[in-house]
Amino acid sequence: MDRRNFLKNTAGGVLAAAGGLVLPKHVFGASPTTNLNELPAGTVASAVLESLPGKRPLIKRSYRPPNFETPVEYFNEIFTPNDAFFVRYHLSNIPEVSADSWRLKIGGDAAQKPFELTLEQLKRDFEQVEIAAVCMCSGNRRGLSVPHVPGVEWAHGAMGNARWKGVRLRDVLNKAGIAKETVEVAFDGSDRGVLDATPDFVKSIPAWKALDENTLIAYEMNGAPLPHWNGFPARIIVPGWTATYWMKHVTSITLLTQPFKGFWVNTAYRIPKGKFPITQQFVSQENETTTPITEMVVNSLITNLKPNQTFRLGQPVVVKGIAWDSGYGIRLVEVSTDGGMTWRDAQLEKDYGRFSWRQWSYAFKPSKKGSYSVLAKASNSQGASQTFEWIFNAAGYHNNVVQQIAIAVT
Amino acid sequence: MKKILLLVSILFSLTAAADESAIKLQQGAGLDAVTRNCSTCHSLDYIPMNSVFQERKGWEATVNKMIKVMGAPIKPEDVPPIVDYLTAHYGK
Repeated sequence: MDRRNFLKNTAGGVLAAAGGLVLPKHVFGASPTTNLNELPAGTVASAVLESLPGKRPLIKRSYRPPNFETPVEYFNEIFTPNDAFFVRYHLSNIPEVSADSWRLKIGGDAAQKPFELTLEQLKRDFEQVEIAAVCMCSGNRRGLSVPHVPGVEWAHGAMGNARWKGVRLRDVLNKAGIAKETVEVAFDGSDRGVLDATPDFVKSIPAWKALDENTLIAYEMNGAPLPHWNGFPARIIVPGWTATYWMKHVTSITLLTQPFKGFWVNTAYRIPKGKFPITQQFVSQENETTTPITEMVVNSLITNLKPNQTFRLGQPVVVKGIAWDSGYGIRLVEVSTDGGMTWRDAQLEKDYGRFSWRQWSYAFKPSKKGSYSVLAKASNSQGASQTFEWIFNAAGYHNNVVQQIAIAVT
Repeated sequence: MKKILLLVSILFSLTAAADESAIKLQQGAGLDAVTRNCSTCHSLDYIPMNSVFQERKGWEATVNKMIKVMGAPIKPEDVPPIVDYLTAHYGK
């Protein structure tokens, strides 16, 4: 018997005897090393809990432009409250838009009949739909990168899950008449830089993604108008893709016959080609070495345990969390309580749709006092899972390293 | 009157009312050039937030990005004191 099989048999046998539970599904020969960094010391020192107008206290990463992170406690709820939803801006000139004067322009060289919409017309003239979807900043968890990379040093909370209500982007585009040469659709919002020389935040998506039935122009989240800080009066929703494409305060939608050329698409928000398990590609923007970030990778988060939290021997420990991917569907969440030696299936809770995150829970009764290292790992219906070591990329994206939290049983 | 209010609401830029003046950077040579240039477009908490893990070349790249990509009108003579300050106080 080799070492791996020996460990497999003994570890499984001991656990089965001790807990009276089924044999673990996956057993490693040794504990895997998961490498999530601590936040940089300066990030911790300069973070404070503060409220933007209309928001509850959130973790301030930067004041201007405002970048505020949702504390993990809120992720114990299936939908993230609007007033606790994270805030992320690139540029600090952020006009407060009036619903009455707001206009949405649909045009571009691939639009046959350019037109304008008021908010009333947007709500009235198109079929209304609602989708539950995770909105997550591409750089969520950047602050946990090994090694650290510059940028907004987010921990886990540059994300949220909400019910987004609006109209299908494709219905609005169809009214403008979509030329068959359309390659991309670009979005601009009302926020801009202090200086004219600063590239305006404009994003494009492939035409096929713009025509996807799930891509929306949303004006409500969780049954209420969008908060100012989350894009009032309307924003783009691209379920499954990172939030960089979810243009806030959208004022213009442009159908393009040529790939969009602008800093935020051409240069920023890029990942190295071929390093990540991504299905949906943004081919018209690829270059020799990089490609735009698109879909979120499979990920999970333990939401109810704090590092070094203590439990009494004899009391059951319930581990709760959430898991999500880019819309293929979470198939399995596995939890380890012994540092990754053995894994058991967590119970998946109610399914709110394939773009929503999925809550899960796992209960166990520690058999002896000591330290327990708890890990959670999600897999989706495509068989994709989380990594134990972050795949380096200079911008700090796609951090789905398996999380590890130590708890103590006394 | 309604029109004026509307205009005011459109023109009014919300620059995160929370208290940015609470940010205290370390004292040292070059702080004046940093404050004068960097705070035009963003609050200065970006600096401590991105510390301490960058070496001089990291901070140099950041300052150059601000000039070349973000259009920051930083005078050439201000660049060395800014990079020196960031390296000395927030560099690895």
